[in-house]
Amino acid sequence: MPEIVVIGAGPAGLSAAAAVRSHGQRVVLLDENPAAGGQIWRGERTAVAQGVETMFGTRALGIASAGMLLCETSESAVVLPFRKLVVATGARERFLPFPGWTLPGVFGAGGLQAMVKSGFPVDGKRVVVAGTGPLLLEVAEYLRSRGARIAIVAEQARWTSLIRFGLALRHAPSKMAQAARLAFSTLPRAGCWVTEVHGTEHVEAATLTDGRRTWREACDYVACGFHLVPNTEIAAVLGCHLEGGVVWTDDLHETSISGIYCAGEPCGIGGVDKSLIEGEIAGHAAAGRLPVARLFAKRARARRFAAALDAVTRLRPELARLAREDTIVCRCEDVPLSRIRECSDWRSAKLLTRCGMGPCQGRVCGSALESLFGWRPESVRPPVQPARAGTLAGLTGSA
Amino acid sequence: MNGRTPDVVVVGAGIVGACCAWAFAREGLSVTVLDRAGIGQGATAAGMGHIVVMDDSEAQFALCRYSQRLWAELRPQMPADVEWQACGTLWVAADEDELEEAARKKTFLEAAGIGCELLDAKSIAAAEPNLRPGLAGGLLQPGDSAIYSPCAARWLLAVSKVDVRLGVAVTRVRSGDVTLADGSEIAAGVIVLATGGAARSFVPHLPIRPRKGHLAITDRYPGWLNHQVVELGYVKSASGESAESVAFNIQPRATGQLLIGSSRQYGVDTPDIDQPILGRMLRRCIEYMPGLAGLSVIRTWTGFRASTPDKLPVIGPHPEARNVWVATGHEGLGITMATGTARLLADSVVGRAPEIAMHPFLPSRFVEVSRHD
Amino acid sequence: MTDRVALHIDGKTVKVSCRASVASAIWIAGGFRRSVSGQPRGPLCGMGTCFECRATVDGGKHVRTCVLTCREGMDVRTDA
Ligand SMILES: Cc1cc2nc3c(=O)[nH]c(=O)nc-3n(C[C@H](O)[C@H](O)[C@H](O)COP(=O)(O)OP(=O)(O)OC[C@H]3O[C@@H](n4cnc5c(N)ncnc54)[C@H](O)[C@@H]3O)c2cc1C
Ligand SMILES: Cc1cc2nc3c(=O)[nH]c(=O)nc-3n(C[C@H](O)[C@H](O)[C@H](O)COP(=O)(O)OP(=O)(O)OC[C@H]3O[C@@H](n4cnc5c(N)ncnc54)[C@H](O)[C@@H]3O)c2cc1C
Ligand code: FES
Repeated sequence: MPEIVVIGAGPAGLSAAAAVRSHGQRVVLLDENPAAGGQIWRGERTAVAQGVETMFGTRALGIASAGMLLCETSESAVVLPFRKLVVATGARERFLPFPGWTLPGVFGAGGLQAMVKSGFPVDGKRVVVAGTGPLLLEVAEYLRSRGARIAIVAEQARWTSLIRFGLALRHAPSKMAQAARLAFSTLPRAGCWVTEVHGTEHVEAATLTDGRRTWREACDYVACGFHLVPNTEIAAVLGCHLEGGVVWTDDLHETSISGIYCAGEPCGIGGVDKSLIEGEIAGHAAAGRLPVARLFAKRARARRFAAALDAVTRLRPELARLAREDTIVCRCEDVPLSRIRECSDWRSAKLLTRCGMGPCQGRVCGSALESLFGWRPESVRPPVQPARAGTLAGLTGSA
Repeated sequence: MNGRTPDVVVVGAGIVGACCAWAFAREGLSVTVLDRAGIGQGATAAGMGHIVVMDDSEAQFALCRYSQRLWAELRPQMPADVEWQACGTLWVAADEDELEEAARKKTFLEAAGIGCELLDAKSIAAAEPNLRPGLAGGLLQPGDSAIYSPCAARWLLAVSKVDVRLGVAVTRVRSGDVTLADGSEIAAGVIVLATGGAARSFVPHLPIRPRKGHLAITDRYPGWLNHQVVELGYVKSASGESAESVAFNIQPRATGQLLIGSSRQYGVDTPDIDQPILGRMLRRCIEYMPGLAGLSVIRTWTGFRASTPDKLPVIGPHPEARNVWVATGHEGLGITMATGTARLLADSVVGRAPEIAMHPFLPSRFVEVSRHD
Repeated sequence: MTDRVALHIDGKTVKVSCRASVASAIWIAGGFRRSVSGQPRGPLCGMGTCFECRATVDGGKHVRTCVLTCREGMDVRTDA
């Protein structure tokens, strides 16, 4: 019998799958990564609830035909029948273009952390960590624990908004204590950001400013995180309604398409707690059971945290003005800002400059253009990620 | 509206509208181009951009050939983003029957003075090593090429120095003026309707049907493909009337990407990807080029061809409104035929004899002429 | 059993942990691909989104190496 399929094995997907299993129903959990855990746990905590069937290394691409999910592994196409779907595809980092951001050695903050977790050496390297949000502190501490020397942790938000964020954590004492500990150990500088990265073949230094003073830090790597962008693409190709850039759901996390649920970051960036709770609610709902009331109160609390996070990570306008006319905005196709400026919207920029036409399909430059020009990305088409022609041809079993 | 009254208003900034602007500007006329969207965002944003001489009928052949010559004249001035590629067309014959068709085509083309080369099984394999073994042969038409049509449209509008107004929808067209969505009017001596599939809203009873097509593009694989390769059966798919058909058609882009087509569907008007059709189309292409199965597709999309019952475009005077001209119905050949279409209209307007016969394209073949202006 | 694997990157043999991503191994070997206009590029997102870490792996082009774990004897070319 077709079953409930959960796309994404991060916190939201793991807890959704566990909730479905708790009612004794069949559930298949799939993720493109080789192990469970999503971006935060990255295979380090892979506790999948007992009885959950898993398909790792499997990417969901779109719908093959009614009730059939089209997926692919590194070897073959997979067509997976489903009765209900839970979309728990998480988030990616937001990137902003600035002079030098294309040099090797500039990473996303979470990106560098992920790289280091998979063998990238930082021992003895000088790293500038910059951007916004609590992720910076965690990344800085993690990198230091792996032998990196942190030149500076530059948080673009002002102290005043950080303090307001700290106060918003008072209902979550554990979070507050963790934030205080991290802040104490990494000593971030508030109201400070990178304006340019220098180097010829790779990063050599970064220029920073606090709005009044400008200085240079010699460094090997720059880790910059401008908060997160929800991965809504798969929900979009499934036809789910999006509102304000996130997937719309009802109180039980059912999307505008009956039988398709969504939980975690695609419904709004909010961190691991929100994802765990939303996943649990969605899992119960997909199994046709009413979640216990306690979960809704917990979700409300997690969402208050999300709102506070959203306020603190709001980007200052200076950040949208860092790119110069010759700064590459679309990294796949090497399109500089000057060419994009000649266009009036996303669609014409795409058609006339190739911006967003490369393999990342605007995943990187899309959020940049939203910050720079307020343009919302083009329509999403299947496959939501590049896929082999054989897979799209429906040739299951092809290599 | 502000400013002088232009001599010509062109409605539509697709490849056909852009070529019309270029052709009228060459006559020394002042031109204003209006489009409800942006430059080249209709069918022009979807098409493969293959400039190909087809010979389904005498008239089709004549217009393709004339247009191809005009494109070749433009070529030396084209900026790099038009991505002109002299890739030719390699028609693939799967079996002896199709090889006979290739031979017929060769005789016809050569009689018309178009160079081409018949390939046997061995030489087609050498020309395109990624074709499956065991094909009968093919026909190489080296004069064909490919362009990137949205940038071609932008370039033609820019070099013609015409007035381009985007985001302006035309709601009514009469002899002597057009009415815009905001109620304002623009007067012009000559009005050209280059609105692609939307022509029906200005020329009622024009038998134009949208014919949906799917395309897929891969990541960059430079050197994988040398020509635009098309199965000879493509002609059957294009000229046939079946509700749904697919044919193997693949093009090397200047970027090293591979553009894969093609499908044809009547009776559908939603732009969504239809996975079963896309699958059928790709399976057809993989039959011819098995190695395609392992290549990475980064994007798929759809577009609508404006098709007519006799598979010829509609070029000529509006059946009712004097000094209003129509240029639509190009089905899968509008990029190829855009230059010739524009010159035929410019010739008609300035009263010069056209270089090729225009009567096969006249709107009057479908719609009774009743002038009441 | 050893926890190190050897792979060939642009002809050079590199030994790394068997848990390392191919992207990490490429970095250690000393260089990444060039962009379409010839600029130096390296991995950016580390999670399969940006495609900046692409390489040809065992003949397969455009492979995202940040989400690929090293295996003994892999042949990696950074020209893709
Ligand atoms: C780089 C990064 C670092 C972070 N670090 C922290 C941190 O230190 N602390 C913190 O509180 N929060 C952190 N977050 C936020 C945290 O990950 C999320 O708040 C939480 O994990 C969200 O859980 P999720 O399940 O919604 O998403 P994720 O954990 O991101 O999981 C989504 C999963 O779905 C998979 N997936 C996505 N699309 C598809 C598809 N089409 N087919 C198959 N699988 C797919 C992904 O590979 C991923 O495994 C980070 C987020 C990111 C992106
Ligand atoms: C899948 C596919 C593959 C193709 N491949 C090829 C090929 O290889 N070679 C080839 O030669 N041809 C090809 N074609 C056909 C070609 O794309 C079209 O024939 C051609 O683009 C038509 O151009 P156009 O300017 O007439 O129409 P369009 O590009 O559709 O332009 C019409 C313009 O009019 C505007 N408009 C419409 N109504 C109004 C209004 N009321 N007010 C203001 N503006 C208006 C629209 O916004 C639009 O920009 C293909 C088509 C498809 C769908
Ligand atoms: S580093 Fe972004 S996809 Fe690998």
